[in-house]
Amino acid sequence: MMLDSTDSYVTEDGRTIGGVVMEMKNITLRFGGVVAIKDISFDIREGEIRAIIGPNGAGKSSMLNVISGFYVPQDGEILFHGKPRPQMKPYEVAQQGIARTFQNIALFEGMTVLDNVMTGRLNKMNSGLLAQAIWRGKAEQEEIENREKAEKIIDFLEIQHIRKTPVARLPYGLKKRVELARALVSEPSILLLDEPMAGMNVEEKEDMSRFILDVNDEFGTTIALIEHDMGVVMDLSDRVVVMDYGKKIGDGTPSDIRNNQAVIDAYLGVAHD
Amino acid sequence: MPEQLVFAMEVFLNGLMAGVLYALVALGFVLIFKASGIFNYAQGVMALFSAMTLVGIMKGQVPFAHVINAIFGTDVHYFGWTVPALLAIMLTIAVMVLFAWAVQKYIFRHLVGQEPIILFMATIGLAYFLEGVGDLMWNSEIKKLDVGLPQGINEAIDNYTFNIFDYGFFIDNLDIVATVIAALLVGGLVIFSQYSKEGRAMRAVADDHQAALSVGVSLNFIWIMVWSVAGFVALVAGIMWGTKSGVQFSLSLIALKALPVLMLGGFTSIPGAIVGGLIIGVGEKLFEFAIGPMVGGATENWFAYVLALIFLVFRPQGLFGEKIIERV
Repeated sequence: MMLDSTDSYVTEDGRTIGGVVMEMKNITLRFGGVVAIKDISFDIREGEIRAIIGPNGAGKSSMLNVISGFYVPQDGEILFHGKPRPQMKPYEVAQQGIARTFQNIALFEGMTVLDNVMTGRLNKMNSGLLAQAIWRGKAEQEEIENREKAEKIIDFLEIQHIRKTPVARLPYGLKKRVELARALVSEPSILLLDEPMAGMNVEEKEDMSRFILDVNDEFGTTIALIEHDMGVVMDLSDRVVVMDYGKKIGDGTPSDIRNNQAVIDAYLGVAHD
Repeated sequence: MPEQLVFAMEVFLNGLMAGVLYALVALGFVLIFKASGIFNYAQGVMALFSAMTLVGIMKGQVPFAHVINAIFGTDVHYFGWTVPALLAIMLTIAVMVLFAWAVQKYIFRHLVGQEPIILFMATIGLAYFLEGVGDLMWNSEIKKLDVGLPQGINEAIDNYTFNIFDYGFFIDNLDIVATVIAALLVGGLVIFSQYSKEGRAMRAVADDHQAALSVGVSLNFIWIMVWSVAGFVALVAGIMWGTKSGVQFSLSLIALKALPVLMLGGFTSIPGAIVGGLIIGVGEKLFEFAIGPMVGGATENWFAYVLALIFLVFRPQGLFGEKIIERV
């Protein structure tokens, strides 16, 4: 199936996938002499679940860090909504509506779940400091709206029962879910998930998969995720990029990827020459 | 009531008031330490510098008069006007914000991710630099600071206690004002950090830098803001101490008194800074009153440090600090 960057189509399960929101063009990232990402290009379409997979050390996380502004590539260009994106700091990328989670979880451990989720709304608060101090009306209105959005997401991800619990006390699986809630509450145009299922047991993985699908379905959120568990990815995603040793070795629908010889070799460990 | 007990009560009250001033300085430390992990040795000098700036602006002093005169052979010292206290305080706040911006831009932005000891050394350098700049800008003579705060014995308390105990307590009006202002300041800070957008972002940065970035918080902006707030707290402390004992170099040494306060209260706790300040203030006054005469006095010089030492042995995280547990 060949599509133009503005074309849209409807998936088998009835979701509409739109045009390209973000395009990576010939991205190269080096750390000293080590090439982490070598000349990789791919795009992300509106409303799709896009996976980046590959064995350990393939450069998947580096790719995600390039998208979210934590790493600056030496070469290449990122187009966001068709326009080249200037070099940006991570917080500026976040302000543009690209939210992310981290492989090792980066939550505010000292705050409650609700407070953590509320920080996801920081960029949606517009009233200035003076307005907040003097004219409470607008600021209060905003606070109420933000709170409603936060509670909605908390309900959606089924973490109501721990709303007031300090995050430090939560088990790993729930922390991952809180992090997802915080990213989601900012109503991102692209949601980046760095190994959302890493370190989880089968049951937790199933839960997380369900939430990712529900989020995409309910809010139409564009999701780009990294995972090294092939099985999970194939069930979840609309299209998959496969990386190995910093290079792209495959790009297509899950069934394309399943039959791709280079991918099979990378995963089964054929000797590299 | 026995006479000794009445005296002790007066000492206790005076200790509380002194403690408030310690707490104010400690508060400045805690703010910066929480948000950026920097132990700011320059906090005391910031109090001195802000007080000097305030006096200089009020008196209409020409900044860097010595330098200007030396280079151009002129003889300017004063603009010839005076500035009302409130306006001068506003201008001094502006100067402290500018200072915060410069500190972040020229020093700490380049030291992000460095070891704590390196950051600490940078603040020592900053302290001496700021002290020098302060002297150059406003000259180093001892200055009188009067922003119109009431001073002297509080007659009402004197009369009231005289009627009850037959002995009038000596409570300085300035101490009462300082207590009220400190309480307002702390209340304001708590409201700011709990309920404002900027406060929430500040707590986010204090908790986890990476996570803060990922929700769109600019670390740089927050750090400038925190240094500005610490500058403001330093100004308040500078006004109180400066009014009490003149604006002079020794003012920067009150920072050293904040150290035991922090060890008692914990480096990361705002309530800790306040409670720690009060305990030290009351403790050293009562100790001097009760034990001082037996050991020849002057216990106020060391009492706070010995207390801090005991805390370091038995409760190193302080009363309210977070216990640091490293998992291996």
